[in-house]
Amino acid sequence: MTDSPAIVEDAALRALIERVQQARAARSSLCIHGGNTKAFYGHEPRGEPLDTRALAGISSYEPTELVVTVRAGTALAELEAVLAEQGQCLAFEPPRFAPGGNDAGTVRGGTVGGMVAAGLSGPSRAAVGAVRDHVLGATLLNGKAEVLSFGGQVMKNVAGYDVSRVLAGSMGVLGVICEVSLKVLPRPAATATLRFEMDQARALRQLNEWGGRPLPLHASAWWQGMLVLRLAGASAAVGAAAQALGGEVVPEEQAADFWNGLRDQRDEYFVSARAALDSGAALWRLSLPPTAPPLALAGDCLVEWGGGQRWVSTRLPAATVRDAAAAAGGHATLYLGRDRSAGVFAPLKSPLDRIHRELKRAFDPDGVFNPGRLYPELCP
Amino acid sequence: MGSSAALPASAAASPRTQRQADVLAALQPLLPAHALLWRSEDTVPYECDGLTAYREQPLLVALPETEAQVAAVLRACHALKVPVVARGAGTGLSGGALPHALGVTLSLAKFNKILSLDKLSRTAVVQCGVRNLAISEAAAPLGLYYAPDPSSQIACTIGGNVAENSGGVHCLKYGLTLHNVLRVRGFTIEGEAVEFGSEALDCAGLDLLALIVGSEGMLAVITEVTVKLVPKPQLARCIMASFDDIRKAGDAVAQIIAAGIIPAGLEMMDKPMTAAVEGFVHAGYDLDAEAILLCESDGTPEEVEEEIDRMLDVLSGSGATRMEVSKDEAQRLKFWSGRKNAFPASGRISPDYMCMDSTIPRRRLADMLLAIQGMEQKYGLRCANVFHAGDGNLHPLILFDANDPDQLHRCELFGADILETSVAMGGTVTGEHGVGIEKLSSMCVQFSPEEREQMFAVKRAFDSAELLNPGKVIPLLSRCAEYGKMHVKKGLLPFPELPRF
Repeated sequence: MTDSPAIVEDAALRALIERVQQARAARSSLCIHGGNTKAFYGHEPRGEPLDTRALAGISSYEPTELVVTVRAGTALAELEAVLAEQGQCLAFEPPRFAPGGNDAGTVRGGTVGGMVAAGLSGPSRAAVGAVRDHVLGATLLNGKAEVLSFGGQVMKNVAGYDVSRVLAGSMGVLGVICEVSLKVLPRPAATATLRFEMDQARALRQLNEWGGRPLPLHASAWWQGMLVLRLAGASAAVGAAAQALGGEVVPEEQAADFWNGLRDQRDEYFVSARAALDSGAALWRLSLPPTAPPLALAGDCLVEWGGGQRWVSTRLPAATVRDAAAAAGGHATLYLGRDRSAGVFAPLKSPLDRIHRELKRAFDPDGVFNPGRLYPELCP
Repeated sequence: MGSSAALPASAAASPRTQRQADVLAALQPLLPAHALLWRSEDTVPYECDGLTAYREQPLLVALPETEAQVAAVLRACHALKVPVVARGAGTGLSGGALPHALGVTLSLAKFNKILSLDKLSRTAVVQCGVRNLAISEAAAPLGLYYAPDPSSQIACTIGGNVAENSGGVHCLKYGLTLHNVLRVRGFTIEGEAVEFGSEALDCAGLDLLALIVGSEGMLAVITEVTVKLVPKPQLARCIMASFDDIRKAGDAVAQIIAAGIIPAGLEMMDKPMTAAVEGFVHAGYDLDAEAILLCESDGTPEEVEEEIDRMLDVLSGSGATRMEVSKDEAQRLKFWSGRKNAFPASGRISPDYMCMDSTIPRRRLADMLLAIQGMEQKYGLRCANVFHAGDGNLHPLILFDANDPDQLHRCELFGADILETSVAMGGTVTGEHGVGIEKLSSMCVQFSPEEREQMFAVKRAFDSAELLNPGKVIPLLSRCAEYGKMHVKKGLLPFPELPRF
């Protein structure tokens, strides 16, 4: 617990800078990785591996500031353990994966840098915000081998463009995230999990109606005719809401297992979606307006985020899935699939495609980092 | 029609006048006659925003009424390489809407319609010129409201809020503009329609919405915004607590957070500010207190009761000398009336005031107040303080008389000192008012030359000719060299032994 970020002459950072300088001079490219737990996500990783894990450690943590500053190579599990000691957490519940697969029981080895670069958030996202909403500042190593800091360690900061938040979900194409400051929150004083039998259309309507009432909603999941709802907040509020909503109360331990399984994508739904890859299916992540009605897509569907995130395991062609998502006002990501030739992320319309290319050039003029990982056409 | 006919012939020789004639000629076919102002007496009302110390006459003011007109004006300006400064209500406090002497001020005041409100999706689609408070008023019958509430909310527009990433007194719990906006629609400098974000919770590709929010009109011109609405809490109650020592009040703020409480609002006023606002609103503030804290809880009645009790425990444990809990809505609003009127109240006790806006880590609040007391002696000026204590955002109001050039000069030095002290404490030069023109020099202290150059590169990715609100937010190298203050190191630095300026 230091008064200011622990700034030391940093050999690990120097080593990264030298690698970037060499790659730039040699016109080669680098594939940034931490625990290598999310290699499945995005387009095929290309380039020489650049491991960030030597850049590890919590630089500063002051629980009463609700801010932690942490180096990118730090294990996510280590960060969460330190926060838990103070009764705090990463409210957006990022998924935790194991290297090379995601079988229950193995060590989960993801890093903080990977968490930010992938930008994936868990079950509580609709209630508390995404990774990007909790990023307060970041230090970036750009394609010119410059170390740059944006944002800071305070909640309110409008000095200059908010570059640090753009790094969330950037898949490493703008540079190496070296250090990040995150907003942390106290763990909820109380939680309760309720279960309701209902079809998807009714669940979507119900979730949106509840959303318009002052209820302590925290997470939701609908699959195969069952809606599971988590409440979190002050114990009086959670108790009163549980009473008012009805449904079947899920015992605390069973509920925790369920939400953790969903968060880390070890849940039954994800296990069978992974198994279906062998028979030619793909797992799609659809991000839609929460009020969009159920999509008529043949496949197994899991609904999260109050209707805002819908997972579909299907053999349908990419264009069919993408068109359905776009027609509903959202977009579809090919989250898991053997064949990524149809593109992982939804294509960008003009002028967003041009702005993406120009931003890539602005941060990484020689195309050193993660070529093609986000969009193949971003390569200069 | 010959453009020179519209202008006094005698001035035709001046380059500015010639430029004005050219731009006018290009825009006249695009807009109705009443939507273009260029005579000095018509453009005077646009010469500044809420930061009145800086004034400039634009070449002309365009007031488009449709998106097609916005696009056409931008295309024309892009073709002529004319700077464009977008403007909402002009309530900004950092000079972000200060006109460019050789540019067009694009007033979006006519875009003032709420396009749709939807109870089920809890969203509103509004044009950029809709006032912040008007959204909450329109949503009230649905039991919903728009959470960010800057003090200027009766006048400021949502477009301006997006440009500045405006906050308010409830940010700690409900977030900033960034956290409450789903989608913005607007135009690039080339006049091409563009949307950032969507009605879904995320978008494909880079999160450009995060860049647009808070970009002070330098990346695109915003015409339409989809905002999130949230359910109105059933109940809100506020504690007013007095402290006989600034440090005890600062520690109480940290203790509330340490207890795991995220109050709906947590504000601090020092003694001079309390005296100023009490004379203005007569809310019954404790005039003997060195500092007053306002702590608000909202939610269900059960939740509020539980949280108020916990906060009272923490406050009395931290040495509060007097505590009062609002008994009803009228009393709660009375507690807030002073805080919300801090700026006009300061205007009553001093001919002029300059409002600062830095943010520091919460635990340094008392250190900062004491440092400011020292600066009052050093610069021979008084300063009254209101803080968004919950998020460490300071609003010191430096009192001075602008008719005395020496006082103005001392005031500027005083302000710069506060900003530099904030950066040195690990904070930032602006929490919610933006950099604009006002804090350009202070940006030299907060960012290295490479960081500033990266920001310029971001701007050029959107606006290659640098025509949208040029000269704001990011200082040029030459300006920083002239300012002569050293960049304060922050974050991870590989070679801390090297001098960096």
